[in-house]
Amino acid sequence: MADFLTFLFKGISVGSLYALIALGYTMVYGILQFINFAHSDVFALGAFFSWRFAVAYHLMHPTPIQAAGLLLLSMAACALTGLLIEWLAYRPLRQAPRLNVLITAIGVSLFLENAGQLVWGKSVVQFPTMTEHSIVLGGVHIRLVEVVAVGAAFALMLGLQWLVYRTKIGRGMRAVSVDHNIAGLMGVPVDQIISLTFVIGSALAGAGGLLVGLTYGQIKQPADASWIIYGLKAFVAAVIGGIGNLPGAMLGGLLLGIAEQFVAGYVSTTFRDAIAFALLIVILLVRPSGILGKNVVEKV
Amino acid sequence: MTPRPSVSTPRAIGASLLPLLLGLCAAMILELSIPQGSYVEKILFDIGVNVILAVSLNIVNGLTGQFSIGHAGFMALGAYGSIVVTYYGGYAIFGDVLKHTTLSGYSLYFVSLIAGGLVAAAAGWVVGLPSLRLRGDYLAIVTLGFGEIIRVVLQATPPVLYPSEMAAVPGWERVLHLGGALGFSHGQSYNSLGWTYAAVVVMLLVAYRLRESTHGRAFLSVRENEIAAEAIGVNTTRYKVAAFVIAAFFAGIAGGLFAHQLGAGTASRPEEFNFMKSFEAVIMVVLGGMGSITGATVAAIALTLLTEILRSVQDYRLVAYSLLLIVVMILRPKGLFGTREIWDFFRKKDQP
Amino acid sequence: MRNLFLSALVATFACAGCKHGPKAPSNVIVVGEYGSLTGSEATFGQSTHNGLSMAVAEINGAGGIKGKKVQLVNYDDQGKTSEVGTAVTRLIAEDNALAVIGEVASSLSIAGGQICQQQGVPMISPSSTNPKVTETGDYIFRVCFIDPFQGYVMARFATNPKDKGGLGLKRVAILVDQRQAYSQGLAQYFAEALKKLGGQVVATESYQGGDQDFSAQLTRIRDVKPEAIYLPGYYTDVANIAKQARGLGLTAPLLGGDGWESVQEIGGAAVQGAYFSNHYSADEKRPEVQHFVDRYTKQFGKSPDSMAALGYDAMMLLKNAIERAHEGPLPAWRTSVRDALAQTKDFQGVTGKISMDKDRNATKPAVVLEIVDKHTVTAATIPPQ
Repeated sequence: MADFLTFLFKGISVGSLYALIALGYTMVYGILQFINFAHSDVFALGAFFSWRFAVAYHLMHPTPIQAAGLLLLSMAACALTGLLIEWLAYRPLRQAPRLNVLITAIGVSLFLENAGQLVWGKSVVQFPTMTEHSIVLGGVHIRLVEVVAVGAAFALMLGLQWLVYRTKIGRGMRAVSVDHNIAGLMGVPVDQIISLTFVIGSALAGAGGLLVGLTYGQIKQPADASWIIYGLKAFVAAVIGGIGNLPGAMLGGLLLGIAEQFVAGYVSTTFRDAIAFALLIVILLVRPSGILGKNVVEKV
Repeated sequence: MTPRPSVSTPRAIGASLLPLLLGLCAAMILELSIPQGSYVEKILFDIGVNVILAVSLNIVNGLTGQFSIGHAGFMALGAYGSIVVTYYGGYAIFGDVLKHTTLSGYSLYFVSLIAGGLVAAAAGWVVGLPSLRLRGDYLAIVTLGFGEIIRVVLQATPPVLYPSEMAAVPGWERVLHLGGALGFSHGQSYNSLGWTYAAVVVMLLVAYRLRESTHGRAFLSVRENEIAAEAIGVNTTRYKVAAFVIAAFFAGIAGGLFAHQLGAGTASRPEEFNFMKSFEAVIMVVLGGMGSITGATVAAIALTLLTEILRSVQDYRLVAYSLLLIVVMILRPKGLFGTREIWDFFRKKDQP
Repeated sequence: MRNLFLSALVATFACAGCKHGPKAPSNVIVVGEYGSLTGSEATFGQSTHNGLSMAVAEINGAGGIKGKKVQLVNYDDQGKTSEVGTAVTRLIAEDNALAVIGEVASSLSIAGGQICQQQGVPMISPSSTNPKVTETGDYIFRVCFIDPFQGYVMARFATNPKDKGGLGLKRVAILVDQRQAYSQGLAQYFAEALKKLGGQVVATESYQGGDQDFSAQLTRIRDVKPEAIYLPGYYTDVANIAKQARGLGLTAPLLGGDGWESVQEIGGAAVQGAYFSNHYSADEKRPEVQHFVDRYTKQFGKSPDSMAALGYDAMMLLKNAIERAHEGPLPAWRTSVRDALAQTKDFQGVTGKISMDKDRNATKPAVVLEIVDKHTVTAATIPPQ
């Protein structure tokens, strides 16, 4: 039983981070219908930005308030990065076929990884630690920092829900995701909304970077496989949930996180990723548009 | 299906047989004129393999408009499939695992290439099936997942058997010893430029003849408008799966060549065929222009040379590469050639 | 626009066609190096390169080898076999390298080694520990010990009774990085040695390099209550695994291999009291070690890991062999260097006294280090088998 609860808690802990990153993929996809492969690198940059800020302000052991400050700084830095990427790389391609934007995204991704590596070096970096404490609840060892990270991730996700479904900006985003041209005719500033989508998605990635760093206490160089894998899994989570759908991304993230833990815990650690991807394929065959996605009939 | 328009025999010879013979001659000339083990040979080899990869992926992504990002998975299957034939098959035939520079040795290599292609084609059929239900990025994720599954499974295989260990393992079980993360560690370098470019010539001819045929038009119709294609009687399902199978077969051949290159010691290695390899192929297709065979070819050549030229800038290599990629995409949003072929550029401006 | 574009394209190809590598002037000795400087394996490639280039700077500062300066030509291979082929071919055919220094990853050393062997160029792998590397042929050497020995060292240290300087353990769990051939190989040899010495592998779990969360694996390991956990991975993952193991209440001692070097700096409290086998100890008082560690730390702002030390040793060993070889025109000179390398005996390197055995592997003792604070203390020295 303790094992079961451990897997469940760890699944939620890992899954909520997947979900946070998945939101960035799904938001961009909802509006521009392309996979923003550079998102996982913005996420990596978020971790490195917050590490730089922590070093600069001597916050290697931040209090919760200071950590919140780091979170805001990292989100702001990533938001700016996202904005620049959108302006410089994606906006010139607004009329181009989607696959070309995708290739550009891969280009941006390679650039961020390797430029980041030139700036911050090629080895693992020790991240600030908030607390090393862990509590034991019903036989489950829970590290306090993970609870904090899960809490922060959920708070951010709820904030995004509010933004998208309760504000005027959110209404604009939803309108643009339905149809650019008509939204434009209705007076929605389409270009600004698209930029804003990148800003928000990147800010969430920045927050994710900080939370991952805090949870694991170290971050690897920007081109390390760990970031790409995180990004890939988050993207898979977005697809499982139904890409373009915000609650779907969160659900997909949590599902993937928990499924991974249970497969590794009860079935096989060697074939965990193979089984996870096989499950994904099965889910997609049963529900071709993801769990919460709508099956849009193609118009002639 | 509309019946295939009858083609007079002389025209068929002119269109297929003559270029094939000329191409094979050219491959032989390369084989004989470029010194083995030279730098030029290695680069020409890389170019050849990348051209096959790009042109074959172009059949799925460019011609049929399906979105596959798991092409490296097929290449992996081809590589492992063929090296199993030359290593374990070679042991069964010759009693050792050395390179046999005899007719039978090279026949074995030829058989291994075809076997690798067939293994990959079978997988292509399996992966093509979901495309009946899935479209666009969902299909992309399935192909990507497929590639990753192959990688994870290959990593978990036990080390390659030494000849001295063969006796302890029954025949069919041997082929499961694929070397794990280290890769297939005792491969022999059967390949040479003649083999590579013979395969390139066949690939280019098949791609070109396929596109110009009735079937090719059907592929294009699936890309342009699936519902309209269905309405005029094109069996879209069949064509989508067929595109996957053909592309996978040639990716498998490319894998076989790759597995037997100089330094074949560990060329077939799970990590070699990760999704970045798939992306490289997608980049070549898009950069060349969707559906353009010469475009994919030129892009494959250009990117291979580019990575080589950039080797001298060391740490800045991938930074420079990625910046160039972004700039080219922004300046040529439809790829180098769009959907046209290289010779369209030299015609009078009667084309759109 | 179109014509401009086409001509640019043609110009690019023409330029690529006429490109020739720099031909070496005769008063320098060209040493080739291939390694991952970009991409996700760059951590280890960079360390090796740092060690190598420091050695070259020292050699040239002291007047070079037989009055000739050493020129280190290095090419990035992004950690890919296909790139290794091109890089090594270019080093040999275009840059006329006298010898080549190989990769960290064993699979890449094998790929490059096959080409060096075929072209008759001596190659030294600094840190590829898989036995298959030097099986490629008689031109391939290494300055590190091999995995079967390293696995044996830790198995012996773990099973030796306490009064004989060991840990007196029997039940060990193993956590392998499936993505690294190094990790898979070491795990296999450790398990074999452990069984021979009367120990027992109670669980073998695995992860994929790049994973951040290891809780499922560690929970499974916790359930079988091992007396120790063997982690044959790289320090970049080990620190993380150790923290999570402690967080899950796993208190069994952690054991590891030479990929651990530097773990004490990022592992913190979680790796205290852990043991790993290594080529040398950075805290040793030997003058070679002190000199190397001081200079490296000053130049690169961090202490050297084992890849850096082995890279340094590979270059120094090569220098030693070139000094003993007969200089001449290239193919003969390469063979002579090969012969000199094969005869290496008791070469004093940073990582210990190196002698080449008949399989061109370095025979040298291994040390077992214990992590105490941010330092390592030698817990045992195990002589070559």
